[in-house]
Amino acid sequence: MAATGNILFAGVGGQGILLASEITAYALLSAGYDAKKSEVHGMAQRGGSVTAQLRYGDKVYSPLIEPGKADILISFELMETARYLPYLHKESKVIVNTQQIKPPAVANGQIPYPVDALDSITAQGIDVVSVDAFDIARDAGEVKAANVVMVGAMSTFLPMDVSVYEGIINTRVPERFREVNLKAFAAGRKITE
Amino acid sequence: MKTDSLWMSGNEAIAMAAYEAGVKVASGYPGTPSTEIMENLSKYEGVYTEWAPNEKVGLEVAIGAAFAGVRALATMKHVGLNVAADPLFTVSYTGIRGGLVIITADDPEMHSSQNEQDNRNYAFAAKLPMLEPSDPAEAKEMLKQAFELSERLDTPVLFRITTRIAHVKGIITKGEMLTSKVECGIEKMPQKFVMLPALARNRRKVVEERMIELRTIAESGVYNQVDAGDKKRGFITSGVSYLYVKEAFPEATVLKLGMCWPLPEQEIKAFAATVDELYVVEELDPFLEMHINAMGVECHGKDLIPNQGELNTSIVRTSIDPDSAPDLFPPAELPMRPPNMCAGCPHRGVFFNLSKMKDVFVSGDIGCYTLGFLPPLSAMDSCVCMGASVTIAHGMSKALGDAGKGKLISVIGDSTFMHTGINGLINSVYNDSTSVLLILDNRITAMTGQQNNPASGCNIKGEPANAINIEKLCEAVGVKHVEVVNPHEIKACKTAIKKALELDEMAVVISRAPCVLIPEMKKAKHVPYLTTTENCAGCQACVKLGCPAISWTPITPEEAVAKGYKEKQKGFAVINEVQCNGCGQCFELCKFEAINRKGE
Repeated sequence: MAATGNILFAGVGGQGILLASEITAYALLSAGYDAKKSEVHGMAQRGGSVTAQLRYGDKVYSPLIEPGKADILISFELMETARYLPYLHKESKVIVNTQQIKPPAVANGQIPYPVDALDSITAQGIDVVSVDAFDIARDAGEVKAANVVMVGAMSTFLPMDVSVYEGIINTRVPERFREVNLKAFAAGRKITE
Repeated sequence: MKTDSLWMSGNEAIAMAAYEAGVKVASGYPGTPSTEIMENLSKYEGVYTEWAPNEKVGLEVAIGAAFAGVRALATMKHVGLNVAADPLFTVSYTGIRGGLVIITADDPEMHSSQNEQDNRNYAFAAKLPMLEPSDPAEAKEMLKQAFELSERLDTPVLFRITTRIAHVKGIITKGEMLTSKVECGIEKMPQKFVMLPALARNRRKVVEERMIELRTIAESGVYNQVDAGDKKRGFITSGVSYLYVKEAFPEATVLKLGMCWPLPEQEIKAFAATVDELYVVEELDPFLEMHINAMGVECHGKDLIPNQGELNTSIVRTSIDPDSAPDLFPPAELPMRPPNMCAGCPHRGVFFNLSKMKDVFVSGDIGCYTLGFLPPLSAMDSCVCMGASVTIAHGMSKALGDAGKGKLISVIGDSTFMHTGINGLINSVYNDSTSVLLILDNRITAMTGQQNNPASGCNIKGEPANAINIEKLCEAVGVKHVEVVNPHEIKACKTAIKKALELDEMAVVISRAPCVLIPEMKKAKHVPYLTTTENCAGCQACVKLGCPAISWTPITPEEAVAKGYKEKQKGFAVINEVQCNGCGQCFELCKFEAINRKGE
């Protein structure tokens, strides 16, 4: 039996993490994997730190990723990436949107934003792919598609073809946003190809 | 994924199962992690669904439907069952006609709750069967079984899920539609349905006879399974904990209990006899462990497994085998990112004013506005349960006497006011309170994801519905001073609160402005405010609102001079145009014309 793969989506409430994790989940299901995904709803969604945990394999029991077992960390905000360091292992792939969203204590001027937060990850010898998803999405025509840029950048680390993702965007995303999301996905994928 | 398979959350799967089980009436009150069950069920044809003002009302509506002979469902979060406990304990005596299932969605870890009570204890206390699935696919099958069990044994059935079932997505399959053999209609059965003492004593005996039958069914293995494996260690577990055991100890032999009350005593004793060492793995209370110990069976349980918070594979493995703990990268030191009220949230204007009233005790309640507790506003002094704001302020006013006059404010949302706040207000008027009640009417049940309530003017499907007029309701229960304010107008809001505090009677101030997340507000065009940074004097009046759209940039004296500021200016504020909803609270606070509406 193949080992279960673990993808941890991290960021801030409102960044489109749920859609990104849904596209990825559907891609894995199309490839014939069993999967489970754990989400956080309710109070934490109001601008707090949020995660979605996606696990796939021949048979998945637990919906939660164990610390030290995340194979891919796809993070939508710079400093949030470092919050999940204990979930990583030496071979983990880390893809980071370099956008910074100030937490309350930073916005109030009490403490500075930890601009060097990724150093704690690279110091462990883990490779980090930085993506300016916000700019790439703007160039693609819609800043809100930054989440799909990130899925594109991650897609080269998963065994599915581009056509699988395109098929999912074509069936799961409302028609008026399809074109821009397909462009955003392709632009994101180009970064890691 | 097979073509007939669907990718669904536990709550979506449960809604589909309720439809397939032939549920005709469902009622509930929103509460994380239960909310999406009713939301999804409301989209199915042929099922009547409604949001009730509270869980007791919701359960009683479902009981009524079951008495009329249809399958009925009541949904709630764990603390909601406390509110519904009164009908729960007696419907156990009456039994039902149409199948009745009560879903309790527990929240170990308190992701979005004020406590992490373990509602398996209700099954024991109310003498009712409880089923407990492990994942979305099982939840779907088991809910349908719950209705069959309910009608077969004339019993309400408790159905317990937790956050990691409700909000976990997995693969499920569409199933067959079930039909009930019970006929819908009025059937008078006073011996069964009228619970006055003489009749209740008879039904009390029926409950015990039913428990005997339920134990037989528990023993039959319909709901339980044994995963054969290595006999050195045997595990007894249920719910999501089963999944963690399977991953932590894939070789072990496991007894998985789908029915966690009553327990199959013979099966448990037989299972225990086949293994060298027995472990009971469960989240929260030692519920299974206690009852297994009472059978005279020894086991490991809470001597190893934590009784607080949720479990996961890693906790289960290392609690039992401490040496297996892996070396993990140390956590990075980072600023916390707690949740915050949204940009443009109407509650912020009220809490900004309350944050300035340092000698006032703010008795809070459950909703988005509980976030008024967090800095920089830090304007909430208590929060216990739904509806407790107004009652706690009243109790304090009676304890403090004159010392409490003008110093007690309770804060409650529109939905929570309808839930149980109104009862407290009736008490406060009747018993002559001198506190002030602030009703934060944002037209919606916001925290759980924008559900309609009796004051919203729409039903669960978003269709027009009768709307309770909150000010008239307050006047009708005898409140003489009721004032409505717009919370975005900070000064007017302050004046209204101060005026109410000066009165020597129970007074109500209604803060009314819609939640920025309701669809009409999301679609509406918002003209943002912009900062003219050269005018900013660095007073931080706007920053103290704690709005996520406003940030503060600190500067050195040299930078201040270079920007044309006074040397002592410590920084300047900037509004993020994309995040700003144009509420205008900061505009009203700025005395230096540094904030202006875009285009003006």
